Amino acid sequence: MSWLVVLPVIVPFAVAAVTLCLRNHLRLQGSVAISGALAHFVVCMLLLARVAKTGMVTVQIGSWSAPFGITLAADHFSAILLAVTGILGLSVAAYSRAEIRAGMLAAGYQPLLHILIGGVCGAFLTGDLFNLYVWFEVMLMASFGLLVMGGEKQQLDGGVKYVMINLFATLLFISGIGLLYGMTGTLNMADLHSAVQQVEHKGLLTAVAALFMTAFGIKAGIFPLFFWLPASYHTPPVAVSTIMAGLLTKVGVYALIRMFTLVFIFDIAFTHGILLAAGVLTMIVGVLGTAAFYEFRRILSFHIISQVGYMVLGLALFTPLALTGAVFFLAHNMIVKANLFLISGVCRQKAGSFELGRLGGLYKNHGFITILFFISAFSLAGFPPLSGFWAKFLVIRAGLEAKAYVAAAAAIVVGLLTTYSMTKIWAEAFWKPAPAAESGPEPGLDKQGSGQGDFWLYAPIVVLVALTLAMGLLPGPFVSLAGSAAHELMNPGIYVEAVLGGGR
Amino acid sequence: METLLSVICGLMVAASLYLMLSGNLIRFIFGLVLATNAVNLLIFVAGRLSQTRPPLIDPDAVIPAQPLANALPQALILTAIVIGFALLTFVFILFYRAYQALDTVETELMRVSEPSQGRDAEEGGQAGIDGAHGPGGEGA
Repeated sequence: MSWLVVLPVIVPFAVAAVTLCLRNHLRLQGSVAISGALAHFVVCMLLLARVAKTGMVTVQIGSWSAPFGITLAADHFSAILLAVTGILGLSVAAYSRAEIRAGMLAAGYQPLLHILIGGVCGAFLTGDLFNLYVWFEVMLMASFGLLVMGGEKQQLDGGVKYVMINLFATLLFISGIGLLYGMTGTLNMADLHSAVQQVEHKGLLTAVAALFMTAFGIKAGIFPLFFWLPASYHTPPVAVSTIMAGLLTKVGVYALIRMFTLVFIFDIAFTHGILLAAGVLTMIVGVLGTAAFYEFRRILSFHIISQVGYMVLGLALFTPLALTGAVFFLAHNMIVKANLFLISGVCRQKAGSFELGRLGGLYKNHGFITILFFISAFSLAGFPPLSGFWAKFLVIRAGLEAKAYVAAAAAIVVGLLTTYSMTKIWAEAFWKPAPAAESGPEPGLDKQGSGQGDFWLYAPIVVLVALTLAMGLLPGPFVSLAGSAAHELMNPGIYVEAVLGGGR
Repeated sequence: METLLSVICGLMVAASLYLMLSGNLIRFIFGLVLATNAVNLLIFVAGRLSQTRPPLIDPDAVIPAQPLANALPQALILTAIVIGFALLTFVFILFYRAYQALDTVETELMRVSEPSQGRDAEEGGQAGIDGAHGPGGEGA
C-alpha cells in the first residue's frame, strides 16, 4: 500500500490534533501549524510527482479489496487539485499569522483550518460515494466553525444562510446516494461505472443524477443555486474567506466533474445539456452580479460564481480539450481567486476598509500591493500572458470546436465584463485619491504595522502571483498535466482498471 | 410495506420542505429534523425490506447461510444519524446565537450581511431574498 496517497489526509488531521492540544501555547501552536502546512504541501507535491511519473495510484484501506472496502484513488485530476490545495493551505496558514488574533486562535482556529484542509483532500481522494459524503460533512463542519468564529453579527447572519442551504444540499446528496445504492447495490465509484450501465430504468437513474447535480450545484454555486455564496463569503476574516473561496466551491466542481465523467455518462445529451445551460448562465449572472456592488470581497464573491461557470462549461462540452480547459481553469482559478482575497485583506490593513468608496490612493501609497493586484486581477480577467488567458483560451477553443458558438461567445463576453469589474476595483481602490480620512479606520481593525506582520501578509501573495505568472509564461507543463487528467477523465476505463484491478 | 414506507417518506419530505421554506428559523430546524429522518427512511427502504436472517456466520461455517439481510443500508443510516445529530446540535446553537445577536428569527429580516449599499439597494435586496428561498424551491 502506498502511504503517499493517504498522507495528504493524515497530515492535516495530525496537525489539527496537535494544535488542539497546544491551544494554550499560542506561539508553539503557530509554529506547528505553519510547519504542518508546509509538510502537507510537500506531501501533496510528492504525490503529484508520483502520479505524473507512474500514473494513477490507489490504496485499499485496511486491504479490503474494492468494491467492498474504501478506496482512495489519486489520478492526475485529484493529484493536481491536491497540489493546489497544498499551496493554498500553506499560503493561508502563513497569512493567518499576520491576521488572526489571539482570541480566535484560543477558540481553535488552527485545528479547524487544518480539519478543513484535510476534509477537502479526503474529498479529492476518495473513490467511494458514501465516503465522499463523510468528507463533505467533515469539510462543512470545519467551515461552519470558521465562518462564524468571532461571532460578529454579520458573520452570524451570513453563517445562518450558509448553514441552511448547505445542510439542504447534503440531504439531497445523501438521498441520491441511498437511491443509487438501491438501484445498483454498490457505492464504489469505479464499480458504479459499470453497475450503472446494467440498470434497467435509465429514466430513474437520470432522476438520481439530477439529485446529485443539484446537490453538487449548490456546493459549487452554479446558477440558480448560488445565492448563499455572496451572502456569506465576505463576512469572516480574510484568511477564512480565502480558504473557502479557494477550496470549498471547487470541491463541488470536482464532485460534479468526477460523477459526470465516471458514473452518469449514459445520457450525455440530457445531463450535460443541462450543465451547459447552467454553466453559461452561471458565468453571465455571476459577472453581472458584480456590477451592483462596491465592496471588495462581495465583488470577488460574485466572480467566484462567474468563474465556476467556465469550469462547468468545460465539463458540459465533454471533449478532451474542454476537460483540459476545465482542469487548468480549476487550478488557475483556485490560485488567483485565493490571491485576490488575500490582496483585499492587505488593502484593508493598509487603507482601512473593504468598501471601494472608502478606499483610494493605494497606487500612490502602496505601490507593491498595486502591482500584485494588477497581475492577479488581469490574470482573472484572462489577459495574456497570464494563467487566466490560457484557461479561457482552452475552454473557448473547445467550445468553438464543439460548435457551441453561443457558449463560446458568452465566455468571451464574460471575460470582458470581468475586466470591467476589475477596472472598477482598480479605479476606485488604487487610482483615485484617498478619501478624506474623517472617519478613520473601521472599528475592529487592528493595525499590525510591524515588519514581522508585513512579511506574513506579503509572502503568500508574492508566491501565488509568481505561480500565476509561471502558469502564464510557461503553460506547457501545466497544460500537459491537465491534458493527462482530461485523458483519464474521458476514458473512465483507466480509473476503473486502477481501482478494481485485473481481478474483475 | 415498501410502498407504504415510500409514501410516508414522501409526505415527510413534503412537510419538511414546507417548514423549511416558511422563513422562520425555528420552523427550519423542525423541517431539518424531519428531512433528516425522511432521508434515513429513504435509505432504509431503498436498501430493500426483507424478513430474513441477520447477516451472521455460524461458528462452524465459512460463509453465512442464505438468504440473509443486507446490513449495509443500516450502517449507512447509522453514520448519517451520527453526522446529522452533530450538525443539528451545531444548528441549534448557531440559530440561538443568531437570535441573540440579530434579535429576530424571521429570515426576511436578516439583512446584516447583505446591507443595501445605496447605489445597489434594489439589486442587493433582491439577491438576498432569493437566497432564503430560491435554492430550496429549486431542489424540490
